[in-house]
Amino acid sequence: MTTDALSGITVAKSVDARGTACPGPLLEAKRAIGTINSGDVMEILSADEGTKQDIPKWCKKQGHEYLGSAEENGYFKVYMKKK
Amino acid sequence: MENLKEITMEKLLTELKTLKAKTDDMEDSRKDQLSIAIISGDMDKIMATMIVALAAAAMDSQVKLFFSFWAIGALRDPKKQGKGKNFISKMFGMMLPKGRNKLKLSKFNMLGMGPLMMKGLMKQQNVLSLDEMFKQAGELGIEITVCEMTMNLMGFKKEEMIDYPHLSYAGATTFIVDAGESSMQWMI
Repeated sequence: MTTDALSGITVAKSVDARGTACPGPLLEAKRAIGTINSGDVMEILSADEGTKQDIPKWCKKQGHEYLGSAEENGYFKVYMKKK
Repeated sequence: MENLKEITMEKLLTELKTLKAKTDDMEDSRKDQLSIAIISGDMDKIMATMIVALAAAAMDSQVKLFFSFWAIGALRDPKKQGKGKNFISKMFGMMLPKGRNKLKLSKFNMLGMGPLMMKGLMKQQNVLSLDEMFKQAGELGIEITVCEMTMNLMGFKKEEMIDYPHLSYAGATTFIVDAGESSMQWMI
């Protein structure tokens, strides 16, 4: 998805993992995914560059849909939809 | 001619059946599981192990860690004391690190300066501390098996090990069996 399309998306849960390095963001995403419903969109805020590559792989394995990422000032947001 | 055709077809089907059974067996025998045998007691190697183990557990892979030799030092609880040790066991106990926060670095240890600097850096870079990693590992159901033979060899006592929710004691066979059914195996 494009950055514009991502910014207009309704997010059911926002996970702020900016205060933690690898594998922290993944652990926080795993914990949060249990709290949302199937089809809900979750965004993960991270300052750890590896997260951008790791979350899509995690989604692929778990069957969730990876939507894309958007750069912010000093961090980025990764979007995914729960299966 | 007709007869021959029938026989070959039948044979072919039987062959296919056996082959399918074999592939099914292979698929079943490899679980989504990570087995790591940890022999090193260096801070960096224990850290690498825990980071990979946590990442795997976050991906819902079953994780089984087998601690042996020098790695067992990382599982000692500094607040606990083993009872009834002989002279050699006491010496081992004194010379080996007492717990995960007393581990040395495999490089740049510099008489303990290295690990201190590393811990400072980790905090600054928001990397989980070993204490936090073990806590999360427990919550994620990561299993730790301690090598019984090393325990005896080095004179460690079970009562001086950390409180960890999924801790057990076993031998090399357990690791081999676990590793054999895992899709990922490591030794460090």
